[in-house]
Parts: sequence; C-alpha cells; structure tokens
Amino acid sequence: MGDHSHGSPEDSGTVAKADDVAQDRFPDPGLPPHRPRLADRDPRAAKRHERQVALLFTISIIGTLFFFVAYFVLGQLGDMSFAELRVQNAALGLGTAFAMLGIGIGIVHWAKTLMPDHELVEERHEIRPEADRKDAQEIIDTVLDESGIKRRPLIRNTLIGAIALAPIPAIFMFRDLDRTGNTASEMIDSLRHTMWDTGVRLTRDPSGTPIKAADVQIGSAFHVIPEGLNEAEQPLNEKAKAVVLLMRMDPKEMNVSPGREDWNVDGIVAYSKICTHVGCPIALYEQHTHHLLCPCHQSTFDLANECKVVFGPAGHALPQLPIEVDAEGYLVAKSDFHEPVGPSYWERG
Amino acid sequence: MKALSKKRRHPLAAVALLLFGLLITGSLYTAAGNIQEAKAAETSTASQSDIEEGGKLFVANCATCHGKNAEGTNDGPSLIGVGAAAVDFQVGTGRMPMQMQGPQAQVKPVQFDDEQISQLAAYVASLGAGPAIPDEQYLDTSEGDAAHGGTVFRVNCAMCHNAAAAGGALTRGKFAPTLTGVEEKHIYEAMATGPQNMPVFNDSNITPTEKRDVITFLKTIEANGSAGGAALGSLGPVAEGLFIWTAGLGIVIAFTIWLTSRPS
Repeated sequence: MGDHSHGSPEDSGTVAKADDVAQDRFPDPGLPPHRPRLADRDPRAAKRHERQVALLFTISIIGTLFFFVAYFVLGQLGDMSFAELRVQNAALGLGTAFAMLGIGIGIVHWAKTLMPDHELVEERHEIRPEADRKDAQEIIDTVLDESGIKRRPLIRNTLIGAIALAPIPAIFMFRDLDRTGNTASEMIDSLRHTMWDTGVRLTRDPSGTPIKAADVQIGSAFHVIPEGLNEAEQPLNEKAKAVVLLMRMDPKEMNVSPGREDWNVDGIVAYSKICTHVGCPIALYEQHTHHLLCPCHQSTFDLANECKVVFGPAGHALPQLPIEVDAEGYLVAKSDFHEPVGPSYWERG
Repeated sequence: MKALSKKRRHPLAAVALLLFGLLITGSLYTAAGNIQEAKAAETSTASQSDIEEGGKLFVANCATCHGKNAEGTNDGPSLIGVGAAAVDFQVGTGRMPMQMQGPQAQVKPVQFDDEQISQLAAYVASLGAGPAIPDEQYLDTSEGDAAHGGTVFRVNCAMCHNAAAAGGALTRGKFAPTLTGVEEKHIYEAMATGPQNMPVFNDSNITPTEKRDVITFLKTIEANGSAGGAALGSLGPVAEGLFIWTAGLGIVIAFTIWLTSRPS
C-alpha cells in the first residue's frame, strides 16, 4: 500500500494501483459473481416459494372479504355507539391494509424468488460535453435560421404582442371572482372599520347577551362580540374583525398612556382578539402575569402595558376598544377601534 | 446466544425485530395511559364544619406563605375572599400545600382528608365572602346539555385547555392542565375561582347551568374517547407528526431495504 501522508490527485496513496492502466482511474471492479438462489437450485424451495406467493395473494383476498364483512355486518353509521364505530374503523383499516399489502408483498416476493434473475448491464452513454453543447447550439441556430424570426420582424413583433395579451383575460376572470362590487379602496377601507361604534353594547360570545360592568370581577375574562353580530349580513366576516377579549385587572397595576385614561371602566379593558402577526385569535390570558399569549406563534402581549408586544413575532400592540358604561349599567363601546385590527398590510401605514 | 446469532440473518429477523419494537412501545404507552387514568379517591362535599379546627390547620400548614390571618405575604397571596371553592380545589387536588415555588402549583397526592379540607374551606370562607363549593345539582352530568357545553367550552376554554381538553402550554413554564380525569366538583371550582393564572369565569359570565353543561361535555368526550382510533394524546400535529415520522418512515425504510436485498 502507498504512503498515506503524501497523497496527491495523481497518487492518492490509498487506492491499490492497477499496473498498466492509467493511474488517474479506478480499476473496473466488474460484476459480482452470479449466485444462484435457493429456488434455482432446489425445486422443493421453488415449490415452497410458489405456495408462499399464493398464500400472500389469498391473504389479500381474505382482507378484501374482511373489509366487506366489517362494512356491512358490523353496523351502519347512525345506529352505532362510538365504541362500535372505533371497532369498525379499525376493522376497515386492517382489511384494506391486508388487501393491499398481500398483493404488493406477494408480487415482490414472486419477482425476487421465482422470476428469472439474470443480471443485465446497461452501459451508460459516453459523456462528451463539448460535442453535446455544440449539437444543442446547432439545433437552436437552425431553429432561429429556418423560422426566419430574425429576418421577419413583423412575425416576431406580432408574436410578442399576442403572448403579452393572452394572459390578460385571466386577470379579469380572477377579479370577477369577487362579487361584492367594491372598489379596491373600499375593500381596504373595510379593514379599517368593524361593527363597533359609539354606544354598541358588549355582548357575550356566542349567546349575544349584554354584559354589566358589575359582572366583571378582577381576574375574569369575557369573550365578547358586538351587539347584533348574530343578526348581521355576514356574521362570520364581521366576527373575524370585531371579536374582543374583555378583562378586568387592578387599576393600580395598569399603566395608562395619555389620551387613553377614559378608555377603561375602573380596570375593565377591552382589546381586539385578533393577533397583529397573522391574525390568530388570542385568548390565552394569564390573570396574574397579565400576559396574553397567541397560540400560533407565541406572541405575548402585556395587558398591564396596553398590550405591548413582550415576546414573539407580532408587529404592534393589540388595538384597544374604548369602553364606557351606559345608563343601564351595561358596557358599551365609546367608538370603533382607533386603528385597524389584525395583521399589518401595505396601506395600513 | 449461539442459536440467536445464527437466526439473526434469517429473512424474517428484521420483521420480527420491528414487530417486537412496536409491541414494546405499544404496551409501554398503554401502561402509561392507565397510570394517568387512575383517579384520586372520591371526596364528599363539605358539610357544616368547625371553623376553629380549620383555623388551627391553617396556622399549622398554610400560614408560612399566606400569613397568620391569611392576609398574604411575599410568598403567597391573600386568601381573604377567595371562598371555600378555592380551598376545596387547591387542597382537594393536592396543589396546596405547595411542594415548592415554581411557575405554577403542581398536582400531587392530596395531603389532607375530606374532613380537614372542609374544615380549612370553612375557615377561609369565614374570612370573607367568595365562591362556595358548588351544589350537587350543578354537578349532575345526567342533567347537562353536552352540545351547548361544547359551544361554551370552545369559546372560553379550548384556547388554553385544547379542543379535546388535553391541556396545553402557556408562557414561561406555565401550562393549562389536562381536564381528563378531573372531578366534576374541581372543574366547577376552577371555573368559579380561576386558580393560578386561569381567568375567573364567574356565574354572570358562565352561569351555573352552563358550567354544568361544560362539565357534561368534558365527561361525554372522555367517555366517548376518540372515534378515529389512537388519539396520541390529542396534542395535534406534534404527536401525530412524531408518530408518522418514526413509525411510518420506519416501515417505508424497512420495505425499501427488503425490496433491494438479494434473495437467499
């Protein structure tokens, strides 16, 4: 063997050298010797394999029959208990699995043990990079020359025009998937407004019953929808923007910024439930740490600091809904949100 | 050993090994599940108890953190006004007395008997008005409406406790525990008092009847189990992904090795 310490591309030192072949090549190891299989040598083994393959196919047949037994005999959907349904599901799955696996394993076993196993050598074609490249170049040149695209600019220009125009109908078809008839600016504008407005009562989700300020004790969390949402034209679309989480904390623990002093009612605060990252509903409220956690990407908002982001990918604080108490003692919104709810978008600014 | 080493090249050895591995994993999983299902002993509802006895128990077991008159210290909150339900939940599930300071109190074997718990509850209830231990009528799941309870659960509880009530992670080591195997009374008390970092769901937010519906829903899904086979902890894509990446891919790899191996 060669000297390991002085390897070079010509003489790696680790490969045994063939005497008279060029030194930058590995010697062709050739094919391993053909080894006859058990079934080739012993007719009894061949017979055994035959029976095994037939058995596997029979298992497949039994699997299919088992499926039908499970499907029709074990019961019909609607008059089954959950426990019976589970048993039937498992039986259907097992039947299908055996039906498929029996065929698959049987065929492979057949091919491996009984079908002819002579080795075939398919030579790889010779690699000629320069010649191949030249051939390809020639084909392109011929196409350019014979099509006359260089000599006939009229054809070339009309073709470019046709290709440029052809996709435009698709734009209109996609545009007309929207049947609301709103202009682009109206659609963007709809992101800025929700159902909340001056005097709209805060009601419980999903019952729609109004909430009295006295009902909200420190540490509690209410899931809130605007009054009348269940009767709205598009309740889910409206809900997606208007859902609010109502919480009460000790007013002493709250840091209220100037201009927001009258947005809470004695520590009762309402914040949009839509995460400002990608819009998941945030409702994982921890009453002692005052943290709101988004379950999707772990954005964490600090309720004590007006829902500023303290962790995670969210871009800005949750919008606060200014609230007050009406004459009957129910909580109502003072106005809509002062900023768009949910994730950022280009026009949000 | 010699016989074993002879047989290990047998074409079925790989299959046998795979089946053996799956069998062991399966039985371990079942065993772990059974241990989890083992429930704490039945506790009876607190009756009229001796507040004085409760006070003595309190001074001996709770005052270190909660203060001699339950006024609270740096190590524990004030218990004035938390009500009998909070004591019955915290002590009745073994969360209190707390084993050690940490992100949240963990469930452990219950430290007091039923009489002592009701005495402690009576003492704390005497300090200030708070949620009481619920009436039996609100714990009777045969009366509840599981479908309505499911709606209330999905709006108010599912974000932390998981849609299948399997529990979930919160921030910095805190977590919402699984609700499987929790007593009806303790579920009710948790909603009414908001233990640890759980928000309070008082009777004006979720009415006692709705609380009963929620409990009925939880007990129904617990009794029904998963209709689609193994739920893998109902943890969603993490558990399911782990299973298919190990078991599913393992089977695929085993088949490819078998496909390309030379027959004997």
